Amino acid sequence: MIQTILIILISVGMLLMAFVAIYHKNLQVAVIASGIISLFASVVYLFLAAPDVAITEASIGSVLTVAIFFYVLNKIRHEDPEK
Amino acid sequence: MKYLGLEYITVIAGFLLLIVGLWGIISQKNIIKMIISFSIIDTSIHLLLVAIGFIRNRTAPIIDSSVDKLKAADQITDPLPQALVLTAIVIGIGITGLMLTYALKLYRQNKSLEINQYKSLKW
Amino acid sequence: MKILKNSILLVLLGFMTWMLFNLYKDYDSRDTLNDTARYYAEKGPDETGAANLVTSVVVTYRGLDTLGEVTILFLVSAIIGLLLKTENGTRKTAMRASSEFMITAAKLLIPMISLIGVYIFVNGHLTPGGGFQGGAILASTFILLLISISRNKIGHKVLELTEALSGLSFVLIGILGVILAAGFLDNKILGTGTFGSLLSAGAIPIIYSLIGLKVGAELSTIILELNQVQGKED
Repeated sequence: MIQTILIILISVGMLLMAFVAIYHKNLQVAVIASGIISLFASVVYLFLAAPDVAITEASIGSVLTVAIFFYVLNKIRHEDPEK
Repeated sequence: MKYLGLEYITVIAGFLLLIVGLWGIISQKNIIKMIISFSIIDTSIHLLLVAIGFIRNRTAPIIDSSVDKLKAADQITDPLPQALVLTAIVIGIGITGLMLTYALKLYRQNKSLEINQYKSLKW
Repeated sequence: MKILKNSILLVLLGFMTWMLFNLYKDYDSRDTLNDTARYYAEKGPDETGAANLVTSVVVTYRGLDTLGEVTILFLVSAIIGLLLKTENGTRKTAMRASSEFMITAAKLLIPMISLIGVYIFVNGHLTPGGGFQGGAILASTFILLLISISRNKIGHKVLELTEALSGLSFVLIGILGVILAAGFLDNKILGTGTFGSLLSAGAIPIIYSLIGLKVGAELSTIILELNQVQGKED
């Protein structure tokens, strides 16, 4: 029963973070929200008896993807003609 | 009571995330926002695949002290969707990196990330 | 005009929702394994000797998929390098100089995190984890190295050499499987050993270590390419 309540809470959190990722004006906040979706998903994988997928999602989906997004945002900010 | 199992909740969450991601792709104008929506869709598909492979009251597909080696087929979940999702996550980061590089290339050409500014394909 | 466009989008989304709802209505949870999964669960531990069945599926039963996937990652890193090629040839990083705290913490943490990555992909056939996860952890070590210590000294040479050698060894072990055992990427070219010990499961630890090195080198190459900016700035 406690697992069911946790999964429902995590799913609601994922949906909220998805709306933040789509509608927030600041791009950096949106990227971090998409990373939080991946982190919540890795907890769900752990409940669904898939520890391999949980490790992969936590290390690739929520760390390396966010890092690549930030490198590209940094390059775009660096090449901005208005500054 | 049957519909409160973990797999049903995860399937519903996966479908809702899929719809939210699709809405993000077709309604947002910023290219980076589109790529973020794509990564949301990616995560939702992985959730759906893992949830479909899950069987209730069973453990992870690793033969250790908690699983009897001879009766393993009655005690573990399906290993095949997990292996496919493992592959799909690693390909997903490659695709995301490639899309971000194209976005950077487009930004260098037009100095804008808004999709409304790209008129060269309109006719 | 804007209202028309939004209503078209809403109709499209409603159609998609209806389709997904029909899919959900037909969905029923399973209580037995299907035939393929039953084969992997019953025969897998004896045939491959690996305790982690996901590893035996990824490396042995569907090893060709893994080879194709590693090739896709190599192509992605090559295309990113091609697209971001600088015009006048000079490359420099966009980072400021890092502080003393950062450098000290990185010097302390980089060996430990690398050790965890290597542990994860060497023990991939016994515990959760494997080449992809260990490679990703090695790549995150590379990010830490890039933002802390050496900003201009990291060359492509080491990464290219690691990536090429591990890919070549991966294919060579696969071909050895054709010659010495039943087929391409068969793991029985070495003895399967005791079930559950580190040196068991034939060639699976070697293949997964090579995959880990290759994935780590490829992800590091992508990050290194994205780190460098065009030389005419500053």
